[in-house]
Amino acid sequence: MLRAGLALLAALACLSVFVGTIPLSPADLLGAEGWSLVVDSRLPRTFAAILAGAGLAITGQIMQLLARNRFVEPMTAGAGQSAALGILLCTLLVPAAPIWIKMAAAALAALAGSLILMALIRPLPPTQPLLVPLVALVYGGVIGAVVAFVAYQGDMMQFLGTWLTGELSGVLRGRYELLWIAAAASAATFLIADRLTLLTLGEDAARALGLNVGLVTAGAVMAVSVVTAMVVVTLGAIPFVGLVVPNLTARLAGDNLRRALPLTALAGALLVLAADIFSRWIRAPYEVPVATTVAAIGAVAFLALIRRGAARA
Amino acid sequence: MIRITDLHHRLGGAPVLNDIDLTIPHGGLTALIGPNGAGKSTLLSLIARLRPIQRGRISVGPHEIGKVADRDLARVLAVMPQSTEVSARLRLAELVGFGRYPWHRGRPGAEDRAQVDRALERFSLTDLRDRFLDEVSGGQKQRAFAAMAYAQDTDYLLLDEPLNNLDIAAARDLMRLMRGLADEDGKTVVVVLHDINYATAFADRLVVMKEGRIAAQGAPSEVVTDTLLAEVFGTTARVAEVEGRPLVIV
Repeated sequence: MLRAGLALLAALACLSVFVGTIPLSPADLLGAEGWSLVVDSRLPRTFAAILAGAGLAITGQIMQLLARNRFVEPMTAGAGQSAALGILLCTLLVPAAPIWIKMAAAALAALAGSLILMALIRPLPPTQPLLVPLVALVYGGVIGAVVAFVAYQGDMMQFLGTWLTGELSGVLRGRYELLWIAAAASAATFLIADRLTLLTLGEDAARALGLNVGLVTAGAVMAVSVVTAMVVVTLGAIPFVGLVVPNLTARLAGDNLRRALPLTALAGALLVLAADIFSRWIRAPYEVPVATTVAAIGAVAFLALIRRGAARA
Repeated sequence: MIRITDLHHRLGGAPVLNDIDLTIPHGGLTALIGPNGAGKSTLLSLIARLRPIQRGRISVGPHEIGKVADRDLARVLAVMPQSTEVSARLRLAELVGFGRYPWHRGRPGAEDRAQVDRALERFSLTDLRDRFLDEVSGGQKQRAFAAMAYAQDTDYLLLDEPLNNLDIAAARDLMRLMRGLADEDGKTVVVVLHDINYATAFADRLVVMKEGRIAAQGAPSEVVTDTLLAEVFGTTARVAEVEGRPLVIV
């Protein structure tokens, strides 16, 4: 399954290089103009889609594991909105701040946002599994409203769209590299995959096995925050990837992260890359934001998943 | 040996455990019984260092709870998790493999895999090893959690109400396996039980709790009497002797 997925990803990546406003054929790669188009725009865009998709899917799975609930994902549950709030405040207060300061502000805000969410959902009864996504959605909505208010007061409404609606049309060489940090953070979660899986037994059982629950949780929340923030800073929020993909891979591979994470990363990359190619093609020469396409695909996929889940239960 | 001295515990201001002094000898199967709210589960979770001790001391073998590191104690004492709390889709072999975590800390070797195979075999789960937890029966699921605790390869094993929601066949199966761990492997098994008849049938010793205190302890035939049922459980049931052990006629 992993091998077939990788082959499909390679095929889509090739396709992604050749689909766009400026027509490009394989022969053009030999010319300087075609080559620079590929290196400066098409390849960065392809990489951005793959890295963001893989990262978002992984963080979704980790968040679901930490919340012990399958219906949450960081992008809509406050981390995404908090990251936007972080950049927004940073841009308002220190307009001249270099990008890495904004990035750090977004990551810290996302971290704070995730920690508050964890504290909010902790006392919720496990017998009511729908309370967690409800609280998370309301919480994300409240932070989103704060973001909109601050942006309105600061006359920054026109920037808001770039953070809240993820799209890849602006991706160029030199403007997406932060996503490699997201990739590093996602890859780091592979190292603690076994420990994270132990948390599915519950905190007590994990401690009884000698796991340092606090440390592992902290590491996981940090990875989630960094990935979310980097995606919001470079592309804007892309919802649903973190929700749909982990649900799909849990059905296929189960919740043992060592087994599931590679599949999750691959499926997330496939989803976002395919959605981006579709976004470029559907009304060429114009584009649809990839967040919109993903949300459309994701909503349908999620409805199907819930229906299948209900049929099984 | 588990030694508990002068243990007091309050939850939300209300006393749950009062002045507990208890020694659970090494080896054998000890059952903690008592009415709901007697403090059995709290006591078990304190022994398992899952809650901080407020007053008093508990030692498990040479280890003093509260001082010994979690990872060191995990090689001495296993706690069977409440299977009802786990909703993750895990394969049975993966779950049992978690029991090896204290030994390999994330890098399972050949010895760990062999232990997992042994645990699966012993708990008759070998054929189900690649099934997901949500694809097996309640009894098989519970056996898998017990196998996980067994794979942890510790001297002490704590179980909190492992028979919940099990039918009679699954419940007897599990208790026989626990009995085997005490008899054949020399483990010290401490189990919180609801059904007194299971306790008298399988345990070497009973510890009866009431309102946060030890009400009685000893061999089942000494402890379980009509008077105990009336005083501790507040019910008037007759105790008969069948095949040399007390049986509560419910």
